[in-house]
Amino acid sequence: MEWLDNFWATYSTLLLSVGTNVLLALSIYLTLACGLLTVANAAFMAIGAYTAALLTLQTGTPFLLALILGALLPALVAMLIGRPTLRLSGVYLAMATLAFGEVVRILILNAEDLTGGALGLNGIAQLTTGFDVAFALIGALYVLLRFAGSRIGRAMAAIRQDEIATELMGLNVRAYKLFAFVLGAALAGLAGALNAHFTFFISPNEYGFERAVEILAMGVLGGTGSPWGAVLGGVVITLLPELLRGFGHYRPLINGVVLIVIIIYSPQGIWDLTRFIRRRHSGKPAVN
Amino acid sequence: MLAQQFINAISLGGVYALFALGFTLIFGVLGIVNLAHGAVFMLGAYSALHAVILLRLPLMAAILAAIVTTGAAGWLLDKLIFAPLRARDAPHLAPMIATIGLAICLSSSVEGFFGAQNLRFPVEALPTETLSLGGIRITWLELQIVLLAFVLMGILMWCLKQTRIGRALRGLAESPKAAALLGIDVEGLFRFTSVLASLLGGVAGVLIALYTNAVFPLMGQPMLHKGIAVVILGGMGDIRGALLGGFFLGFAEVFSVAYIGSTMRDAVAFGLLFAILLLRPDGLFGKATQRRA
Repeated sequence: MEWLDNFWATYSTLLLSVGTNVLLALSIYLTLACGLLTVANAAFMAIGAYTAALLTLQTGTPFLLALILGALLPALVAMLIGRPTLRLSGVYLAMATLAFGEVVRILILNAEDLTGGALGLNGIAQLTTGFDVAFALIGALYVLLRFAGSRIGRAMAAIRQDEIATELMGLNVRAYKLFAFVLGAALAGLAGALNAHFTFFISPNEYGFERAVEILAMGVLGGTGSPWGAVLGGVVITLLPELLRGFGHYRPLINGVVLIVIIIYSPQGIWDLTRFIRRRHSGKPAVN
Repeated sequence: MLAQQFINAISLGGVYALFALGFTLIFGVLGIVNLAHGAVFMLGAYSALHAVILLRLPLMAAILAAIVTTGAAGWLLDKLIFAPLRARDAPHLAPMIATIGLAICLSSSVEGFFGAQNLRFPVEALPTETLSLGGIRITWLELQIVLLAFVLMGILMWCLKQTRIGRALRGLAESPKAAALLGIDVEGLFRFTSVLASLLGGVAGVLIALYTNAVFPLMGQPMLHKGIAVVILGGMGDIRGALLGGFFLGFAEVFSVAYIGSTMRDAVAFGLLFAILLLRPDGLFGKATQRRA
């Protein structure tokens, strides 16, 4: 098993990043699956990361407890802002959550005594192992896949198709939306907490606009039809820059071109494309 | 002092408004949140800078060069990205993700060609005279920036209101289907909008580059955030709202730096924005629209 140790030694940070990014993609999948365009996930990630990192750094809280609190606090914040915010729809919801994200980032930046301000938090213990991330990932994926065929999943799909009709069917649309938003926040917080404990260092600017947009790109690129789409999107967006390392200076350029090409040829997401190919091979008509 | 701040706010606000106009045009007509608008803005600044340095063009010709470059970029943007996605009937988020890819492409190619460092206009290319009017000092450059921004906005507003193409554009923003039924060349107008919006962003890029005398590959990012803020303030897709929102942000920034201090400035701005969205989702100046199925 020596090769495995070597492999892990070389690629552990990358693999852990893939894991936490897939968690983030799943967190935005939850709201996208209800047709909600929220982009506060980077902010929730920040809250989770700072909560957990401060707990292990300053109070010596056990890692597991820090992780749990790192998921709970963002969920609590989501519950508080969810009720007024989720009344908005479409682009307005996106903008409101984006503005909320900026407020969180700037508050962290200015609360220097607690968070270290722009200098960030340094020397966070590297406690996250591959098993932690794998466990979180499998758990999240299991729950979301179970949703897909359940009453909750059907309700979410119905809300995405037609919110008013769903409400007229007697479903509590607001409660389902809030549920998806809060659970998404918890997942993003958990991803942040895990991420902070293998990167050694966090700073507010990691959780700004660019990160929010990157998380959204993972969700949309993979496809919002299934949790597997989010997994695929998270993996592609994280690995693409690494796979293009050989291109040197041109790496970001090619990265951007690949993003554009994927979207143009598969606007419903990569997962949709794979489903299309599978159907074609099994001889069934590709209907959507 | 007050009058001086007033001048600063108007010139900054004018540039914000110009940038936001392009952003809101693409949203209003094509229904796309164009996250590459900041990169196009940066492209405008680089085109003008290199027209001045390499071709030794005078400033006004350099601005023209920026208009041509960013207009061409807008044409390509629609031709290569938006049009294929329209043809495929893509979901509304797809073009937005594609513009993220484009923003990465543009800023990384500019960085590859010209480097990541901060570039400046050569001193001799900029007018240095200042005018003094009763204690207020305004540089000739600032005056040109303000005038250019206002003239462009005036022309645009007049065209949208009075000309045939302006009316067609407004009709298209209302409903593409109805516009097509009325015999309007919808595809052509979409492309025209993309060109117009991009060149407005490009001019804003030159003006900010002149104003702050700093040109660098990621200069579009903070501007994009501000553009989004302005467009929310004014109501998404609302042309007049973008103008008012631009000046509102210009004034808010200049006066809060002058009288409150700059540390919590952005938090106050975005906190306000968040509150406005919750209270008035159609923007400060927008009419409330209730859309139900």
